[in-house]
Amino acid sequence: MMAAAQTHRLTSGGLVDRSAPLSFRFDGQTFSGFKGDTLASALVANGVKLVGRSFKYHRPRGILTAGSEEPNALVELRSGARREPNTKATTAELYEGLEAASQNRWPSLNFDVMSVNQLFAPIFVAGFYYKTFMWPAKFWEAIYEPAIRRAAGLGRAAVASDPDLYDKAWAHCDVVIAGSGPAGLAAALAAGRSGARVILCEEDFVPGGRLLADGGTIDGLPAAEWLARTLAELASLPDVRIMTRTTLFGVYDGGTYGAIERVNDHLPSPPEHEVRQRLWRIVAKRCVVAAGALERPIVFAGNDTPGVMMASAMRSYIGRYAATPAKRIALFTNNEDGWRTVETALGAGLQVAAVIDARAEISPAHRSLASKSGFPVLHGSVSSVDGGKAGVRTLSVSLTGGSRAEVEADGLAVSGGWNPTVGLTSYHRGRPKWRDDIAAFVPDGAPPGMVAAGAANGAFGLGACLREGFEAGAAAARDAGRSGSAGSMPVADDEAYSLTPLWHVAGKGKAFVDQQHDVTASDIELAQREGFESVEHLKRYTTLGMATDQGKTSNVAGLAIMAAVAGRSIPETGTTIYRPPYVPVAIGAFAGHHRDENFHATRLTPSHHWAAEQGAIFVDTGLWKRAQWYPRAGEKDWLESVTREVKAVRSGVGFCDVSTLGKIDVHGPDAGAFLDRVYINTFSNLAVGKARYGLMLREDGFVYDDGTTSRLAEDHYFLTTTTAKAGLVMQHLEFCRQVLFPELDVQLTSVSDQWAQFSIAGPKTRDLLKEIVDPAEDLSNEGFPFMGVREVSLRGGIKARLFRISFSGEMAFEISVPARHGEALVRNLMIAGAPFGVTPYGTETLGVMRIEKGHVAGPELSGTTTAADLGLGKMMSTKKDFIGRVMAGREALVAANRQVVVGIKPTDRARRLRSGAHIIPKGLTPGPDNDQGYITSVCFSPTLDQWIGLALVERGRERIGEIVHAHDPLRGEDYDVELCNPVFYDPDGGRQRG
Amino acid sequence: MRITCPFCGERELGEFTYLGDAKPVRPAADAGEDAVYDYVYLRDNIAGVMSENWYHGGGCRAWLKVTRNTLTHEISAVEPAAGAGAAKVGA
Ligand SMILES: [Zn+2]
Repeated sequence: MMAAAQTHRLTSGGLVDRSAPLSFRFDGQTFSGFKGDTLASALVANGVKLVGRSFKYHRPRGILTAGSEEPNALVELRSGARREPNTKATTAELYEGLEAASQNRWPSLNFDVMSVNQLFAPIFVAGFYYKTFMWPAKFWEAIYEPAIRRAAGLGRAAVASDPDLYDKAWAHCDVVIAGSGPAGLAAALAAGRSGARVILCEEDFVPGGRLLADGGTIDGLPAAEWLARTLAELASLPDVRIMTRTTLFGVYDGGTYGAIERVNDHLPSPPEHEVRQRLWRIVAKRCVVAAGALERPIVFAGNDTPGVMMASAMRSYIGRYAATPAKRIALFTNNEDGWRTVETALGAGLQVAAVIDARAEISPAHRSLASKSGFPVLHGSVSSVDGGKAGVRTLSVSLTGGSRAEVEADGLAVSGGWNPTVGLTSYHRGRPKWRDDIAAFVPDGAPPGMVAAGAANGAFGLGACLREGFEAGAAAARDAGRSGSAGSMPVADDEAYSLTPLWHVAGKGKAFVDQQHDVTASDIELAQREGFESVEHLKRYTTLGMATDQGKTSNVAGLAIMAAVAGRSIPETGTTIYRPPYVPVAIGAFAGHHRDENFHATRLTPSHHWAAEQGAIFVDTGLWKRAQWYPRAGEKDWLESVTREVKAVRSGVGFCDVSTLGKIDVHGPDAGAFLDRVYINTFSNLAVGKARYGLMLREDGFVYDDGTTSRLAEDHYFLTTTTAKAGLVMQHLEFCRQVLFPELDVQLTSVSDQWAQFSIAGPKTRDLLKEIVDPAEDLSNEGFPFMGVREVSLRGGIKARLFRISFSGEMAFEISVPARHGEALVRNLMIAGAPFGVTPYGTETLGVMRIEKGHVAGPELSGTTTAADLGLGKMMSTKKDFIGRVMAGREALVAANRQVVVGIKPTDRARRLRSGAHIIPKGLTPGPDNDQGYITSVCFSPTLDQWIGLALVERGRERIGEIVHAHDPLRGEDYDVELCNPVFYDPDGGRQRG
Repeated sequence: MRITCPFCGERELGEFTYLGDAKPVRPAADAGEDAVYDYVYLRDNIAGVMSENWYHGGGCRAWLKVTRNTLTHEISAVEPAAGAGAAKVGA
């Protein structure tokens, strides 16, 4: 389809590249624009006025602004998985093939069925969520909420997963500057020349701020020339970095700033391997906020009609983009600055229908401009706009003195004055202060290290912006320790800025304060009458300022209207709390690369690659991937594989990678004394060459962690923790060492990643080990008794540690080698073990064998159990102090009716057990009153050929043999189980000692 | 937030773990249950300057005593715990 001509484009001027035409589609229609356009400016250049429908009333809306404060011109940009709703057409850069669709209309923008909402407008007044849909309650989910969501949705999010990459990065500098208008550039010049490391963030795709549209004269040069000269100088400074398409959106503690860089949003999709957006955390000693000011609307009936536009935005479209929003414009202003739009429009050859100025006095220069150009100046206010989806047609003007006038125009520029951008300076709960002379809030202090300059500080003149920016930049560099010369300050004149505050013109018809959320002046008046007097309440009751634009164009007007109704001043009314981010930031940018399989780091065991070759099934345990079982061809499910693995270990030999256990070297003359204080049992009397099971409590007396600790030398212990608590136990032990017991001479070193460790278990363990270990090593029961520990040489000379410890109840050793040898060891175990049918096993088999053996693990070490609950109370030494000793003696922790670990078996041997079921005494009704505990761990025991489990049961160990009821309301199961000895297998321990 | 570790220099918050009030002192072995109860459970919740235990787990693994204003997050002092660092302190 041929692109329509750019009917509203000037033939010359502006910062668009006419040699680079771009074709784009809006609502299915093809248009053309130029490189350098935003979507909004390209739509303006094509005479498109209607760009969306409003949130509640589905009123036709046009483009109000030319920046990130835009409340109306929100579109769905792109398609498919990249479709992004609520994208501001005013900041979306045009690219070849851009596709955008208007939002909130059905079936089409021109004919929108839901605009009948306007007829039901009375139900959408302030607080309508609370009033209309309160009763009956059950209607809410079924009827009201879906209806509201359908009617009031703003755009549709993509359903498919985001295909783009995002990045997160850190940057460090002396001075970060927000905004590259005259103040920001002057600040960068001063700081950069002083030798400071400077980062200048500009959210636009070209630096310059208002200079781009408004021009002016600086240092005797036209603004464009000064801008080019300044950018060249900044580029020549080695430590000044200008980041365009980057918004500084928040300030955090310690001089950390958040910024979002739209790296590739100006392209249809990011080039391969490139990110779409990058989230920056910038650490800066100083920050200069040169974020400028936002022009504010005046609220009057029909102020949302397409064609009503902020005066400065109209200047931007004409001056920067050479696009004319109207052929015959009128200006409604209460200040001097608005007149610049008239000058710009006349300069572009547009007609000026009239200027409606609310001030009593108008400058002689402007009066003569009016008479020379032949347009009337009307003293008064626009009370309503007549028009529709085709745009503005007629303005009704209330003249000072009471009479009325009508003005024919197809565009209305509105200027209610300027609001400094006080967001960044107020994000640490700062409250801006009111300045009567400019009728605006300005920063009152700022987070440490931050200062506002130029328009962001209420200094609106070009000269003042340069002055404040330059001085702030020079001071920031000095504060950051840079002593170079800032050179000479750029100089410009200060324009006049006289203003008569005007917020709201009374009139018939809807007058919008917050156009994105469809909040009207009468909504605010109603909320006030209903008693919502605090601004925070007003905000939530009316939803004023709560849309994606965060009320950038509406908040101050809303406060002013509220103040007027309440008969208070604006500063008495106060502002709501300002919160970051200044612009919406995609969740993807916060996540960066941390998504999907990269959500967190992945730790692989030394045998991982080998296990993967074997077809192992892996399970995530914390950051680790552990082999869960090793299926073999023909096995129909995990249970069959696990049953085979258990039988193979119990009858032959198997091995399992246990490298995930936390491992800590404890060194020093006081190592034993230290361990005595952190474990409930004693380690100082452990013989060198021996291992001992240890249990740690928290200081509140509950069990914290367990593991085996060996004494390798007089002053060297090797401590192991559970996989889950490895990091936390290290932290806890360091706390004990550094904070609680600094008098002990002991050092801790985490060696978890340094050692590959395997458990080798089963009656043929020695047969296998003899093939691996140097034949000179004595592995007999006498030469290497149960709980013995020793360094040994492997065949080939590698040193290994052997621990004769058993978690399975079988004759077993744990062998550990430096991690780099782990994979070679496992491959050799397979070769050497082939004659004995060696069987690798995973965490499931590990779990089955520990349950058969009655060993407690994670489900029993739940943070609510005591040593005695676990059947380990006798380990608690009475001869020494240790962490948790005193609190473990509290009445409730030693009560006779505590729930303690006991074994369970179903009375029906064929029955499957499931953990989590509640234990209820036989004959009593299941319920909290009769609840005596729950099943913690279950497995199918191949050894007993039935399901077995461990449970925490009230007085469980006194009730061995009792039949109790297992109640599982989650799965709808009820059955009987017998309480039994938790050690199901080899209760006298002969096998592991053999 | 940024914390200046006495061993590693100024580092970002994510490297540290917060434990809480650094004021309570672990009672002597014979202090009795009430004293230990107070130590384990009673904590001041100060709106203002307080001293806190922080762990530099993403760096040198030192436990630090950080003096911080809980209202402004301003950090006025960072000291190593008595037994922190490579060399013995106060032994
Ligand atoms: Zn450190």
